[in-house]
Amino acid sequence: MAGIISYGAYVPFYRLSREEIGKAWGKRGGAGEKAVAGWDEDTITMGVEACHQCLKNQPSEEIDALTFATTTPPYAQKQSSSIIAAALNFRKDMQTMDVGHSVRGGTNALKAALDAVTSGSARRAVVVASDAPLPPPDSPRELDYGDGAAALVIGNTDVAVNVEGFYSLTSEFLDTWRLPTDRHSQEWEDRFIRDEGYLRILPQAVAGLLKKYNLTPKDLQKVVYNGPDERNHRTVAKKMGFDYKTLVQDPLISSVGYTGAASALMILVSALEEAKPGDRILFANYGDGADAFILKVTDHIENLRNKGGIKGPLGSKMMLSPYGKYLHFRDFMQWEIDRRPMPRTSLTHFFRESQQLFGLVGQRCKKCGHEQFPRQRVCMWCQTMFKTPEAYDDVPLANQKGNLFTFSMDERAPVPDLPNILCVVDLEGGARYYGLMTDRDPTKIQIGQKMEFTFRKINDAQGVHNYFWKVRPVRF
Amino acid sequence: MESIKDKVAIVGMGSSKFGELWDKGVDDLIVDAATEAFEDAGMGPKDIQAAWFGTFETGYTAQILSSALQLQYLPITRVENACATGVEAIRNACYGLIAKAYDRVLVLGVEKMKDNGFGGLLAAPGTFHPVYGAQAIAVGRYAMAATRYFERYGLSREEGKKTIGMISVKSHYNGARNPKAHLQREVTLEEVLKAPMIAWPLGLYDCCGVSDGAAAAILCRTEDAKQFRKDYVTIKGVGLSVGPGWGKERSDFDYTHWPETEHAAAMAYADAGIKNPRKELDLAEVHDCFSIAELIAIESLGLCEKGHAKEDIEAGSFTLKGDMPVNPSGGLKSFGHPVGASGCREVMEVYKQLQGKAQKPERQLKNPKMGLVHNQGGHPGRFMAGVCVIGLP
Repeated sequence: MAGIISYGAYVPFYRLSREEIGKAWGKRGGAGEKAVAGWDEDTITMGVEACHQCLKNQPSEEIDALTFATTTPPYAQKQSSSIIAAALNFRKDMQTMDVGHSVRGGTNALKAALDAVTSGSARRAVVVASDAPLPPPDSPRELDYGDGAAALVIGNTDVAVNVEGFYSLTSEFLDTWRLPTDRHSQEWEDRFIRDEGYLRILPQAVAGLLKKYNLTPKDLQKVVYNGPDERNHRTVAKKMGFDYKTLVQDPLISSVGYTGAASALMILVSALEEAKPGDRILFANYGDGADAFILKVTDHIENLRNKGGIKGPLGSKMMLSPYGKYLHFRDFMQWEIDRRPMPRTSLTHFFRESQQLFGLVGQRCKKCGHEQFPRQRVCMWCQTMFKTPEAYDDVPLANQKGNLFTFSMDERAPVPDLPNILCVVDLEGGARYYGLMTDRDPTKIQIGQKMEFTFRKINDAQGVHNYFWKVRPVRF
Repeated sequence: MESIKDKVAIVGMGSSKFGELWDKGVDDLIVDAATEAFEDAGMGPKDIQAAWFGTFETGYTAQILSSALQLQYLPITRVENACATGVEAIRNACYGLIAKAYDRVLVLGVEKMKDNGFGGLLAAPGTFHPVYGAQAIAVGRYAMAATRYFERYGLSREEGKKTIGMISVKSHYNGARNPKAHLQREVTLEEVLKAPMIAWPLGLYDCCGVSDGAAAAILCRTEDAKQFRKDYVTIKGVGLSVGPGWGKERSDFDYTHWPETEHAAAMAYADAGIKNPRKELDLAEVHDCFSIAELIAIESLGLCEKGHAKEDIEAGSFTLKGDMPVNPSGGLKSFGHPVGASGCREVMEVYKQLQGKAQKPERQLKNPKMGLVHNQGGHPGRFMAGVCVIGLP
């Protein structure tokens, strides 16, 4: 039976407290905080991170499909999943697919992956949901919307979570929407969309699922579902007949925020992190209708303990302050014109160097054995003038860690998060990385510090997102 | 291979004022430097048979020089070697003379930096790459060498900052006594240490200015030099070393010495027959685009033992009154760094000092006989370095 064989989640390093948001607008922000993607992150880079967590110690050769769900793709036209697959060094003979337009996309993708594995069209399939819904500044949604990602590997061997049932409702109900030209989503009156949307449709789907499989709340050990805010998430539990305290999984609103298409899967990951073999979990996702699943946890869940959960990234954070930094991160204002040369791109570079720029694949000289990056024709160690690139072995570096050899902190760089940290990192395999550091506390950087790689946007140039790898202090 | 020693003489030099010259275009800079050099040599544009023209990004082709000076159909070579352009133009001109292809030549380096609308270069040096090396600028790259130097030699952040800060204090002191410098103001160590951070650990006063400028030289073979002046000086040695460029990605490079500078210096010292540079040289103009660049250059040129610049700096060895004056002109720190001009401008300081003609007496060194010029382009791990030793005949 097809089910979940691994899980992973990603929460950005930066958090913005509701108090800080309230202070900016002279209003009460309330308690809690939300996760904010760094200026160099987007749904693609967060998706790569979630997949990395999910694929730890998982061979990727059997992965035949990758589906990416978001409502905020970095490109309106250009498949995000193809970029994620490249960053993960997946085989090229596989199926990539994007699911967009709906916060229900994450579970749409999950159902498609389950079907693909069940039918045998894919041995293993990755489902990744990543979202960074952009709330209008000084709106109630600004307090609740956060950024994050989650990923699942679906397969039919070593299954940790069996999927025993599925029920789906579709609905044309228009509660939250966005026109192609809109930056922020729109909503109808809050009382209407609450009563006739979330509080009506989600219970309908859950009731349909329980009825279909002849189950009652007593048969469940955990209930996992998304919600636009904490209050509604609590109210709907009562309507569905679940005891909130004992049965319902925390929706992460006060720690991560409501993460759109990623929300339901992120909550599921946090539930699986604590699940015990034999647990039966009801998992539902509201949006343009609702998807609902019955999940059954197996003994294999124990093999996933302390790998890829949400606690790690959730506990590793830095508060974003003051609010003005957030305005810069999200490019919310019209800024002073910079007279310095605009960043540029070159797609022919990315074409020729796809393996090293997306996949961070370095090389090992077959003659002298030195690992090296970037890749080049003549060995930088033994200067052997090889005729063909076959003189080198490929060395994927993204999972290598390294020690910080030296660094500097540029206070004038044209980036929204100063200082811009340039650094040199000696990797455990012997290669050396020369580049940028992100997700760091500038007051705590020390030579010798352990660093790890993270896939990021270097800049936006000429209408292109320039992706490459940075390093960061090991997060957790 | 033959030594270049004493085969080529400098018989005239000139420069523009260096600074933010809003009212001067590149033609003005070229004409200012060239007219002074021609006057100094006692000749005119019609007396030269060839020219070498150094610029980084002020424009392309040798046409810029020919057009500014209205040279009449001469063979002119445009030289570009990033920040090491100036010395490289002179080096090539020397070989043109030694080959006897020409008898008298002009070398001119220029950069018009202040037409850009911001304080910096239009293009990053090196090959354009969309992501690798993007957002890494010169000061950040050099600052990593400072961080590593402090670590390697056990200097606390405060000690390290103070050590490189004293270099800037010294250079500003010298520059304040040089009428052609951009920054002619003394600064205190306290001002240096309190200045805004540019790229930690380098603050504002650890960085050279962004300035316009041009410098020119008239060269001939030594046997012809007396026709033009009695107090000509000769080239004792030259060296140019272009690194393989991947140094910064090799884990055996420590960022605390400049291998390209060591190689270039070895070539120049071999030409000049120098065994002990600290004793045999009377002054050095080194490439101090940043304070840490001067510190490491001094060590890599063999003017001080590796890791021991701090003691010499504290002892005042590199000041005008020290035993090894470094950047008596005020350096790039005071002149700014009009990329193509700097190397030529450094040569001019040694030329004037050897002639006893440093513009102000308080800057004139006592009877110097031989001086060194160090000119460096690129960034730590990926340099081009030029070294030129100049002396009395």
